[in-house]
Amino acid sequence: MNILYSTLLEWVLDFSFLLLILSLILTFIRFLRGPSIPDRIVAFDLFIIILMGFIILFSIKMNIIVLLDTVIIMALISFLGTVAYAKYLEKGVNS
Amino acid sequence: MTEVILSLIILAGSIFIFIAALGITRLPDMLTRMHASAKASSLGIGLLAIAAAIYFVHSWVILQSLLIILFIFLTAPISAHMIARAGYLMKVKLWTSTVIDEMQNRYDCKNRILQSTDE
Repeated sequence: MNILYSTLLEWVLDFSFLLLILSLILTFIRFLRGPSIPDRIVAFDLFIIILMGFIILFSIKMNIIVLLDTVIIMALISFLGTVAYAKYLEKGVNS
Repeated sequence: MTEVILSLIILAGSIFIFIAALGITRLPDMLTRMHASAKASSLGIGLLAIAAAIYFVHSWVILQSLLIILFIFLTAPISAHMIARAGYLMKVKLWTSTVIDEMQNRYDCKNRILQSTDE
């Protein structure tokens, strides 16, 4: 029984890694061929969020608690980057 | 039993993130792409953080996952709002079958004044 549950969790983790890699590829396609700059910023934001999910799954798979600190820092950094890009675009419109 | 619940939560979270990526690739417009990416990805990250809190039964990890959920739910709407505003002010092309655009003749981009009525 215990072995069955353990393999279920392993299988689900591997399938989730596959899904997250596929979504990284799709988001990078949109980042490459987004027609305007705000499209690319949206794609970049989603890219960092997918990377955060990847790090959480990796810390579950490898049993490392310390990696969860990285996710908080990445959330703050991605928010700062997005706000800076949006402010830059607005200033460029008005001046 | 815990393992089954954990597997279901992890599967749901990664499927929501995959739906967000699918939407950002397939939808036709910047605003609709943002509609797909902002909500589904924050729900997926929240589910994955809950899964980490269930897996490591440890008070520090529970605090950390609550912090992750708090930051994501606090910052994702603000950043989506700012990108949408910048894109609208840059006059990004809307979808060709957009039904209504209520800010069309009411916002003065030079002086930053929004008129409420048409008079």
